[in-house]
Amino acid sequence: MLIVAILALPLAMTLASAFLPRRAAASGTVVVGVVSFALALLLVPEVLRGTIHVAGYLRADAISMVFVLATSFLYALCSIYSVGYFSHRTRAVRAAGVGTAEPFNRYSRLFYLGFNAFAWSMLCAPLVDGFAVLWVAIEITTVVSALLVALDRTDHATEAAWKYVLIASSGLGIALFATILLYYAGAQTIGNSYDLAFEPLLHAAHHLPVVPVQLAFVLAVVGFGTKVGLFPVHTWLPDAHAEAPTPISVLLSGALLATSFYAIIRYFQVAVAAIGPQLPRTVMLVFGVLSVLLAALYLFGQRNIKRMLAYSSVEHMGILAIALSFGAPIAMIGMLLHVLAHAAAKGAAFMGAGVLTQAFGTKELDGMREAMGRLRWTAPLFLIAIFTLCALPPFGVFRSEFDIVAGGIFSGSGIAAAVCVVLVTIAFFGLALTTTRILFEPSSKEWSPTRREPSGWMVLPMAIALSAVLLIGVHPPADLVDLLHQGAAEMSELP
Amino acid sequence: MFHLAAGAPNVFDGSANTIAVIVLLLEFGMLRAALLRAQIQLYAVQSLAVSVLAGVVAGGRGIPELFALAALSFLLKAVIVPMVVLRLLRDAHADIAGSGALGVASEVVLSIVVAAFGYFSFASLGITSSALPTTALSLSAAVVLVAFVLMILRRDVVSQAVGFFSLENGISMASLVVAAGMPLILEVAFLFDLLVAVIVFGVLMRVHHGQSQSLSTANLDRLRG
Repeated sequence: MLIVAILALPLAMTLASAFLPRRAAASGTVVVGVVSFALALLLVPEVLRGTIHVAGYLRADAISMVFVLATSFLYALCSIYSVGYFSHRTRAVRAAGVGTAEPFNRYSRLFYLGFNAFAWSMLCAPLVDGFAVLWVAIEITTVVSALLVALDRTDHATEAAWKYVLIASSGLGIALFATILLYYAGAQTIGNSYDLAFEPLLHAAHHLPVVPVQLAFVLAVVGFGTKVGLFPVHTWLPDAHAEAPTPISVLLSGALLATSFYAIIRYFQVAVAAIGPQLPRTVMLVFGVLSVLLAALYLFGQRNIKRMLAYSSVEHMGILAIALSFGAPIAMIGMLLHVLAHAAAKGAAFMGAGVLTQAFGTKELDGMREAMGRLRWTAPLFLIAIFTLCALPPFGVFRSEFDIVAGGIFSGSGIAAAVCVVLVTIAFFGLALTTTRILFEPSSKEWSPTRREPSGWMVLPMAIALSAVLLIGVHPPADLVDLLHQGAAEMSELP
Repeated sequence: MFHLAAGAPNVFDGSANTIAVIVLLLEFGMLRAALLRAQIQLYAVQSLAVSVLAGVVAGGRGIPELFALAALSFLLKAVIVPMVVLRLLRDAHADIAGSGALGVASEVVLSIVVAAFGYFSFASLGITSSALPTTALSLSAAVVLVAFVLMILRRDVVSQAVGFFSLENGISMASLVVAAGMPLILEVAFLFDLLVAVIVFGVLMRVHHGQSQSLSTANLDRLRG
């Protein structure tokens, strides 16, 4: 029942956002976001007792729970953040008088409509049972988020949205090809009238024909990998992340990329069971290393704060792919933990970037200086978020990447693990140099009184996200540890 | 089904392969069509051909659900989608597609190479099905690849969108070969998803046109690095 509630509430809120006035939609979204996360937490003990099936179309196991937790956590935080994100516009509209209120109300209605629908679709993806429905859910995330990227109606936003919808849809076209090939492979042993549900396919995996499964896996990695942001099909990602409204950037980076990676994990499971680990692992390793390499190089000399964070997302998705390629249980634990830690850390970083962007009135890093003295809360939190993303201890990202590297060494891929560490270190320098420059370097411009903290509503979710990532780094709750272990066991067990 | 002679295709296989070849030829037609309106009409005809193929499989192989799918896909892809895009064109007062990144002749030569690659690589995989001859699967791989060429080389939003829609036609054709028995509910879910995607493409095309007063994507090069 909890599963149904987790999916029904955001859907109901989506429909309600179409009619409710601005203020009611905003507070309703906060309530629904927080309740969704609470429901997800309540679902964890249930999943620990065993995989949940509802009505043949919904399914939750430990792996999907990790992704539900990440998405619902960011959904809750972003709903709070959005209140602050709009507060200065609200003030501006109130000051300007009647004429500007109508366009702003329209904008806000579209935002909350899309925001809730986006969160709903991302919660659906890990909770549906079957490769076909999974594809449908991920396609819905694409179309909803493409509209949200275009929401600001600037030239740049339009360009980013068009590139995003075209590239991601083509990628998903390839993923659809993968889906029907997997259906074909399954139909050879299970018969025609099955609906691509996970468990029957995993159980029959030994008898699946090899070539169609190989083809389906590689096409799925390329297809869903387009949405994950794996090199070389990541090209939409920095544009969309940079041009979307900040709460959407947070969801794109922390939740959407991971949700698409979830689809790859499912294909990986079937492929490993059907054709052995050799090919799937090699494919993931190549895509992962290339993605981290590209991101590490692009992190130097970025001029736009949100693009910088977007390339950091490419880096972290590459790390996930590398972790999947290692295959050792400890690497799987690290991978699942990394999904959560990255969601929280990247969420905090994007929220901080949103505040900096608003306070300085530009996304260009050159326009931001001396932030430490001006934004007394956001600047230190942003710095901590960046250090977290760079995997400094004692935060969760350090723990997860440590597990992943340990898993690499354990599974005999010592060279790949070493390459991974070197590239992550390069990325660390790129991120840290740029960030310290905007925070500490003195500004030549005059002090402007508008450059203050825009809203406490924007600081609070950052602080919560960083506390969460600190918690899972220092002392992860027992249930979470059990969940990760169970997820790793699900990854390694062969039916 | 009875064979006229060993190795020679029967009527069912022959007609299915003919339709599949027509789908590929129409894809080439879209690639070289200079008028956007013509391109959309070709897309509508291609969708019709894919729907007819679904009907042929439904009748020839006794899968009645596919009749429903054929009707739905005809309604959606041969009627609704072309209407939506044509209406957009009427509002935008644009007729002629901007020049592609390559000349028409080079585009066609490139596509022939790409199509041959898709055709022969899929033919060599040994994926056989009872619903349709493997030739149709190989042809649909060629359609998908040529659709990519279309999307990559054309520089206006309408051609790029039509390229994506026809890519989906190619995959529909592939699914008739390898997934003809797929439960109807899933096929309908895929089609519904396409409908949503079409609406979003339509909205974004309008936004783009409203923003830049043109359908060309030549100015969409500001986001770099």
